[in-house]
Amino acid sequence: MSRVELNASGTSRDLSAAARVAEDSAALAATLIPPPPPAWRRVANRLVHLWLLTLFLVVWELVSTLGVRINPQLDVMLPPPTAVFSAAQELMARGVLITHIADSLRRVLVAVGVGAILGIPLGLAMGWSAGFRASVDPLLEFIRPIPPLAWIPLSILWFGIGDTQNEYIIFLAAFFPIVLNAMAGARDVDTYLVRAGLSLGARRRDLFLTVVLPASLPNIFTGLRVGLGIGWMALVAGELVAAPTGLGFMINNARTLFRSDYILLGMVLIGILGLVLDFLMRQVSAIAMPWYRR
Amino acid sequence: MAQVVVRNVSKVHIPLKGEPLLALHGVSFHVEDNEFFSIVGPSGCGKTTLLNLLAGFETPTRGELLVGGQTIREPGWERAVVFQEYALFPWYTVVQNIAYGLKRKRLPEAEQRDLTDHYIGLVGLRGFEKRYPRELSGGMRQRVSIARALAVKPSILLMDEPFASLDIQTREFMQDELLKIWQRERKTVIFVTHSIDEAIKLSDRVAIMTPRPGHIEEIKTVDSARPRDMTHAAMVQLAADVKRWLRQQLFESTPA
Repeated sequence: MSRVELNASGTSRDLSAAARVAEDSAALAATLIPPPPPAWRRVANRLVHLWLLTLFLVVWELVSTLGVRINPQLDVMLPPPTAVFSAAQELMARGVLITHIADSLRRVLVAVGVGAILGIPLGLAMGWSAGFRASVDPLLEFIRPIPPLAWIPLSILWFGIGDTQNEYIIFLAAFFPIVLNAMAGARDVDTYLVRAGLSLGARRRDLFLTVVLPASLPNIFTGLRVGLGIGWMALVAGELVAAPTGLGFMINNARTLFRSDYILLGMVLIGILGLVLDFLMRQVSAIAMPWYRR
Repeated sequence: MAQVVVRNVSKVHIPLKGEPLLALHGVSFHVEDNEFFSIVGPSGCGKTTLLNLLAGFETPTRGELLVGGQTIREPGWERAVVFQEYALFPWYTVVQNIAYGLKRKRLPEAEQRDLTDHYIGLVGLRGFEKRYPRELSGGMRQRVSIARALAVKPSILLMDEPFASLDIQTREFMQDELLKIWQRERKTVIFVTHSIDEAIKLSDRVAIMTPRPGHIEEIKTVDSARPRDMTHAAMVQLAADVKRWLRQQLFESTPA
C-alpha cells in the first residue's frame, strides 16, 4: 500500500480523486443496468398479485349462488358479490351512498386528526421525560382498556346528539395507539444521537426539534396508521347513536331492514377506504422521511 | 487554554440490578495544549467511561476534570466528540450534519456555508453533500462525523474508537488523514482505542489502562517523527514492549 504523502497545499488530493471515481462509477452503473420494463408490463406484474383476492371473490360468488339452491336462507345470510355490487349501484343512483361515504370519511379524519394533535405531543412528552411518563402512565393505562362502546351513554350526555359525539367515540379508539407509538419513538431515541447533539452545542429545546422529533417520526407514522385503522374499526360504534348518515349508520340501519346486501356493502366500503387511506399515509410518510430506510 | 487536567477521578456505575461497579479508580493525568494523547486498554477497562466524563456526558463520583482550569460540567462544542458508531443524524444530509453545530452556534449563514464547504473539502466528500448517511460507506460516514466535530472549532477533539468498525485499509487511510488534519488545525486530541499500534502510530503520549477497576497504569511517550512507519524496527519494538507489558499486567497479576 502506498503511503499518503503529506502535502501542505492540497486538501487530501487522493480523497477528492476517490470522490470523482465514485461519481464516474455511478454514471457507469447507470449505463449497465437493464432498461426498465414498459409500463404495461409493470402494471401486469402488479395485477398478478391480485390473484388471491380474485379467487376469494369467485369462491364467494359461487358459494352464494350455488349454495342458495341447497339452503334458500343463504340469500339473506350471504349475498354474493354481484348482489353487493347492484346494491352499490342502487344506493349510488339514489344519491345516498356518496353521502354515507363522505360523512364517515369526515368523521374518521376529524377524530384521528384530533387524536394526532393531542396524542403526538403527549406521547413525545411522555417518551422524553421519564418523570412525566411516570405520572401520566397510570391514568392512561386505566382509561385505555375501557371499550369505546361503554363511553356512548356518557358521551351523549356530554356532547349531545350529533357529529361530535360520533367523532368522540372514534377518537377514543384512535387516540391510544397514536400516543403509545409516539411515546415509544421518543423513548427509544439513540443515546448517541442525543449526546452528539449536546456535544455540538444543542440545548434541550434544540434537541427536541432536531433529534427527538425526527427520530420519532417513523413511530409517529406507525401510530397514525394504526390509529386510522382502529378508527375505522370503531366506525359502527361511533355511528351507532343518532347519526343520520355514514357507513356505520348504514350497516346498523340495514340490520333493522334485513338488508344484508347493504351490510356487506358497508363492510366492503370500510375495507376499501381503510386500504386507500393507509396507502396515502404511507406516501405521506415516504415524502416526510426521505432518509428513512424501508 | 485547552490544557486538560484529570485529578484523582473515580466513577461508580450503579446498574439497575446487581452490585455497583467501580469503573474508574484514582485516575489522574494531564494533557498539554495541542497534544495528541491516546488512551489504550482492553475492552471493559473504563476508557470509554473516561471519555464520557471528559465530554461531560457523565459526572465523576469522586475527583475532578478540568479544561483550562474550569471544571467540566456539561457537554459542549469546545469538546466535540467523534463516536465509534459515527452518531450521524440519519435525517440530515452530509451538509446538514456538518452544519449542525454551526447552526447551534448561531453563526451567520454565509459563515456556516463557508465552514461547511471547507470541511467537506478537507475530508474529501465533495460530490456527496446531498447524500443521507445511510447512502455512505462506513469510512465516509466517519469522515462526516470528523468534519462535523472539527467544524465547530473545538479546542479539544474527543475520539472514542473512531476507526474500530472500519476495514484495515480504510482505517490506515483515515489515521493518515487524521494526522494531516491535526497537523494543519492544531488542537488537543484525546483518542481512545483498543489498538496499541494505532495509539503508537498517532500519539505524542499513550496512556495504558487496565481494568477492574479502570486505572491508568503507565503513560508512554512516543517521540518519533510523523508520519511513523509502523514496520520500522523502533516502532515494532515499542509496540511489542507495550503489548508484553500489558499482557503481564492483565493475566499474570490475577491468580489463574
